[in-house]
Amino acid sequence: MKVRDFAHRLGLDVLDGNDGLDGEVTGMYVGDLLSWVMSHAGKGSAWVTIHAHVNIVAVALITDLSCIIIAEGVKPDKATLDKAEQEKIPVLATEMTAYEVCWKAHEILQAEGVC
Amino acid sequence: MNFDSIKLQYEIPANNFTAAGEIVSSMKKVLSHLVINPAVIKRVAIAAYEGEMNAVIHAGGGSVEVTIDPDKITVKIADQGAGIPDLELAMQEGYSTAPEDIKQLGFGAGMGLPNMKENADVLDIDTRVGQGTTVVITVYIR
Ligand SMILES: Nc1ncnc2c1ncn2[C@@H]1O[C@H](COP(=O)(O)OP(=O)(O)O)[C@@H](O)[C@H]1O
Ligand SMILES: [Mg+2]
Repeated sequence: MKVRDFAHRLGLDVLDGNDGLDGEVTGMYVGDLLSWVMSHAGKGSAWVTIHAHVNIVAVALITDLSCIIIAEGVKPDKATLDKAEQEKIPVLATEMTAYEVCWKAHEILQAEGVC
Repeated sequence: MNFDSIKLQYEIPANNFTAAGEIVSSMKKVLSHLVINPAVIKRVAIAAYEGEMNAVIHAGGGSVEVTIDPDKITVKIADQGAGIPDLELAMQEGYSTAPEDIKQLGFGAGMGLPNMKENADVLDIDTRVGQGTTVVITVYIR
């Protein structure tokens, strides 16, 4: 499922990285320990985090994630958005908790036969 | 694969997280142009990023040299920080001296060195207290 449709269906705000919206969401990953995320998140995952600083873009890039979802109303830094735009990594934001994001995402992704 | 060895050099400024991210993205681009197996690129990227972050967080910055040979990728990260007094302890998962503000950024889980060891085929660390640390990560291209 394309990041664009995924973001729309979940009601996420697309903050940046518009050039990456045609990427495919192939799974979900949640976590805030960057070392852990890098070594465990699968390629194409939509990553739910509460971090908003620029390092999340590097982590997404290294891990080939399809997008970053910043949950719980956390607002990303400008440096993060600039970097995400440059690297074509969509940054999506929501007031939902990580749990709510995953719960909703599961319904959508399961219906689409993704995971 | 048929190309001469390629060398990339970067500086990692102290307390600059953005720069370390830039290095990884630029390195990743070069590697993907060379049609190297994505799994190999990912291993190099994880190990290099952890090493760069250590230089930024624990050693006041440093320098990175990436050498791409037909059969292997080598990343050398050198700093002139305080060095690691007990390397065996530092290699243990969960051991970290990172300050609280760094932990709040999602670093300092004490997984960096273990992650580097796991992703590198060869990890060579030369550290001297009061002089600095040089880490050499080697990943073979199979
Ligand atoms: N380049 C370095 N210079 C000085 N100390 C370092 C360096 N790299 C690692 N260390 C020490 O080793 C510890 C463990 O490193 P690491 O496994 O990457 O965990 P973390 O960076 O999360 O603390 C660090 O907390 C620090 O005390
Ligand atoms: Mg570390």
